[in-house]
Amino acid sequence: MEEQLKFNPVSQKKIIEMEQLSQIQGISQNDDSYTKTIIKRFLKDKIATVSLIVFVLLTLIAIFAPVLAPYNPNQTVGFFEDAPSSEFLLGTDEVGRDVLSRLIYGARVSLTVGVLSVAIYAVIGTTLGLLSGFLGGFWDSAIMRLTEVFMAFPYFMVILVIVSLIGPSIWTVTFVIGILGWPMLCRLVRGEVMKVKKADYVQAAISSGYHTFQIAFKHIFPNVLTLILVNMTFGIATSIITEASLSFLGVGVQPPTASWGNMMSNAQSLTVLANQYWRWLPAGLMVLISVLSVNFLGDGLRRAIDGEVK
Amino acid sequence: MGKYIVKRILITIPVLLMVTVFCFIIVNLAPGDPTDLYISENATEQQIAQMRASLGLDQPFPVQYFKWLLNLIQGNLGFSFASRMPVVDVLPSKIWATVTLMFSTLVVSYLIAIPLGIISARKQNGFVDNMITGVSFLGISIPNFFFGLALIYIFGLQLGILPTGGMETLGGNGGWLDRIQHLVLPTIVLAAFYCSNMIRYVRASMIDIFSENYMRTATAKGLKEKLILWGHGVRNAWVPIITVISTDIPKMLGGAIVTEQIFQWPGIGQWMISAINARDYPVLMAINLIAAVSVLFFNLIADLLYAAVDPRIRY
Repeated sequence: MEEQLKFNPVSQKKIIEMEQLSQIQGISQNDDSYTKTIIKRFLKDKIATVSLIVFVLLTLIAIFAPVLAPYNPNQTVGFFEDAPSSEFLLGTDEVGRDVLSRLIYGARVSLTVGVLSVAIYAVIGTTLGLLSGFLGGFWDSAIMRLTEVFMAFPYFMVILVIVSLIGPSIWTVTFVIGILGWPMLCRLVRGEVMKVKKADYVQAAISSGYHTFQIAFKHIFPNVLTLILVNMTFGIATSIITEASLSFLGVGVQPPTASWGNMMSNAQSLTVLANQYWRWLPAGLMVLISVLSVNFLGDGLRRAIDGEVK
Repeated sequence: MGKYIVKRILITIPVLLMVTVFCFIIVNLAPGDPTDLYISENATEQQIAQMRASLGLDQPFPVQYFKWLLNLIQGNLGFSFASRMPVVDVLPSKIWATVTLMFSTLVVSYLIAIPLGIISARKQNGFVDNMITGVSFLGISIPNFFFGLALIYIFGLQLGILPTGGMETLGGNGGWLDRIQHLVLPTIVLAAFYCSNMIRYVRASMIDIFSENYMRTATAKGLKEKLILWGHGVRNAWVPIITVISTDIPKMLGGAIVTEQIFQWPGIGQWMISAINARDYPVLMAINLIAAVSVLFFNLIADLLYAAVDPRIRY
């Protein structure tokens, strides 16, 4: 076996490759322990752990909505505006739909919009941020001017206008938040890249003649990943609030599809607000609980990464 | 410094032009036609064409854009389709209402946030700090429409001590007490977010400053604690505070939309919602543009203030 290897250049190459592979595995083992440390620190933080549990529960509610909901959320199943009873635990709405079932299905809308829109803008923001920070010069200033143009418009105002003009629905809300949300993340990634760029290993990669994109995505990206993750978590919270606010104003998710925001629209009328608490309080609390849990999750993550928790 | 100001303003010009293009594109994304609104259903093709021509809608987009821009430079923001009045005539009262609300929000937020942020930083990780950070988390997480409804329910409907909406009592004498009463609830709703955000910034920047060498030097010199805090600490916290002001103003304009709608506050936000429902494009364009220009303006001011408050920043 050894004899063979000695005289076969192909196998020789294989050995080198295997050595490299084990090196890479060694690195990934280090990564594992880094991830483990972060998880350990995170779990020591009580509030962060509780909010993780709450968030997992919300996700489960969203996934198993058809099993959990007692009624079809979009169908008239009782009298109009009925108060909570043993039959309808959270009462019925203006057309006799079960509020509890709509609340359960509403989790789907909130989480879908929250996670998907942030995923879209994270890809845009990270790519542009890496390019801007790494290429510098003309591209950097062009991308930065573009972020200035985007950031000049008040975030909620411009989302509201665009969604209402192209036609409100769960997908347009997701898409528009995704297209408009990237500038902050882009600037954050750019700033981080500027810092990392000066590091020895990146300088080494540059002088070894590696391709720009390879360096940006293979060497720099992993370093800014934690920063992006924390920013994304807070972003999900903002997206959930944005969707709920749009739907509340009637320019987000459209009925009969249930969203926590549009379930509360009718409470703009003082009679509903005064006499039918079940038509605004549960939905409002759901938005609050989910946003709070995601925000605490993000803060816990940030503190675990920064090493504030020991 | 003078050179820097000129350079900074020159950079803003292309951004401003892009902003106007962006505004124009946004509003022309709309699939509907504004002529639908004020032509009766049985209007002939010819009448509709005439209407479109009189509104300038029959021309190609670039022509429409340059005409709009030219008007803009002359201070003409267009004609509101819905109210049939020039946008410029309606604007001042709306801006006044929104600025009143924003101003009271800012004052309340800073009066509460700066002392709480400092206390929080000084008692870092103690009970008081945990309480303050916990409540400020609640403040940034509560959706303002929910908080607004809850406040109206409690103070307006159950206790009946504060008005549920509007800027003043209709048919009332319009006294200042009446106006302040109307201002209380919307201010609390908006301030909940800004105040909480601000506390977090002040706390973080004070913690950074406390660990700086000059603070240790001051302590080692045996200076009084109060003098260190106000003379060295707070002075250096101005840079992050200015950043928050300049980044919060656009957020506040956005957040004010929902709050104004809930409290029937007759400002920019409520005007925008009604313009959306009426497909009143010139109003939408004007509001977006004014908002964007004011954001750019505040960014500019913030950049200039940095140099003024921190002698280490020189251009």
